[in-house]
Amino acid sequence: MVLKVMSSNQAIAEAVKLAKPKVIPVYPITPQTTISEYLAKYVADGDINAEYIRVESEHSAISACLGASGTGVRVFTATSSQGLALMHEIIFAAAGLRAPIVMADANRALSAPLSIWNDQQDSISERDSGWMQIYAENGQEALDSVLMSYKVSENKEVLLPTMVCVDGFILTHTVDPVDVPDEEEVDKFLPDYNPEHAYLDPKRPMSIGTFTDPDYYMEARHDMEVAMEKAKAVISDVSQEFADTFGRKYDFIEKYRSEDADTILIAMGSICSTIKDVVDELREQGEKVGLVRVRVFRPFPVEEIYDAIKGASNVGVIDKNFSFSIGGVLHNNIKSMMDVNAAGFIVGLGGRDIKPSHIKEIVEKTNNPSDKPQWIGLNKEEQ
Amino acid sequence: MVAIGAAVKEPGSTRKNKTGSWRTFKPILDKETCIECENCVMFCPEGCIDKNYDIDYDYCKGCGICAEECPVKAIKMERE
Repeated sequence: MVLKVMSSNQAIAEAVKLAKPKVIPVYPITPQTTISEYLAKYVADGDINAEYIRVESEHSAISACLGASGTGVRVFTATSSQGLALMHEIIFAAAGLRAPIVMADANRALSAPLSIWNDQQDSISERDSGWMQIYAENGQEALDSVLMSYKVSENKEVLLPTMVCVDGFILTHTVDPVDVPDEEEVDKFLPDYNPEHAYLDPKRPMSIGTFTDPDYYMEARHDMEVAMEKAKAVISDVSQEFADTFGRKYDFIEKYRSEDADTILIAMGSICSTIKDVVDELREQGEKVGLVRVRVFRPFPVEEIYDAIKGASNVGVIDKNFSFSIGGVLHNNIKSMMDVNAAGFIVGLGGRDIKPSHIKEIVEKTNNPSDKPQWIGLNKEEQ
Repeated sequence: MVAIGAAVKEPGSTRKNKTGSWRTFKPILDKETCIECENCVMFCPEGCIDKNYDIDYDYCKGCGICAEECPVKAIKMERE
């Protein structure tokens, strides 16, 4: 194995090269832009045999993806923040039409005020679209997740699109060592896409994207929920097969020193690397602290999270997003699905630094919880 | 049963959507008065009047264009 040093954006582009999509419509947006640049170069150099469509907006990017997917080919796109928001209409349509699109989202704050920096509000705001969502912690996981996502999305039991989310700048523009898998092994793991469902073929005419009256809409939406539930078993199988092939195992959640922990923090994405350092430090001081990192956010792994946290006395959930009057969405999801007292914390909006001292403050406040979600790292305390 | 992605896997399925149920006013054609000019046949946006001047009430939405265009007022719109 040869490790190469690269950003998560490059790692994602490498994964796309290996997944061999036939159509790649991408519109550049900070901090996703280098993904579109790497892919444009790979296509121009002949490293990927794909149609690279230089669309005029993100709405067109995802529309072209959906149209191409509807002809039965593998597709890829990537975006961020305002671009994802502009895609919103077609994001729902893609899931409803059961198009197995894989998209990377470089997590970035939404306007206003205008910010190019990281939080997870953009993808969290698309949580009810019917897309599966993966939150990667590093470049290796981003690469591996793209490969696994195609296999899960294209499974005929699932047929839902996947969003692979990486924290903007923190992951997209920093480098770490990444093992780029061997092409032949990836070809075996992820063969060519063979569509069996709705796609346009003159030999087998059908209409997709049609109008439905009230007699059919609810069934179509319910089918998506059934598929989202079925995706859990498929994700497990695919990650086991991935582990058998490439030696890296990814579960719905990652448990870090949480088995015997009194206090467990729950979070998603790159912040978990910081939390792991703080957990190690506090463990050395005798505090029984652990981390549960939620990797797969949709389908939401209720049983896995509950099993991991039910033994803890105190649970703190950290969100880089906010739902007004409610609090963090991960926190809210956990509280709504499990009988557990969990404190909620809002951090890192619009790229606000999250330092180990903030994590220690969260551990302290988790052990002495208050009812309301707390904003950590505000310059002016407003509580 | 709905196909995956609510795809329509066979042609002609629109026929299952009996749009006649949308109608509030029903066109009644009096064949005695009718001069067989074919105005209503050509103006009907749903193709619901055939050349025998029979109206297909399964799909007639009751728009009233036929009654409006009839030069001899042979079509009356009656509330259902």
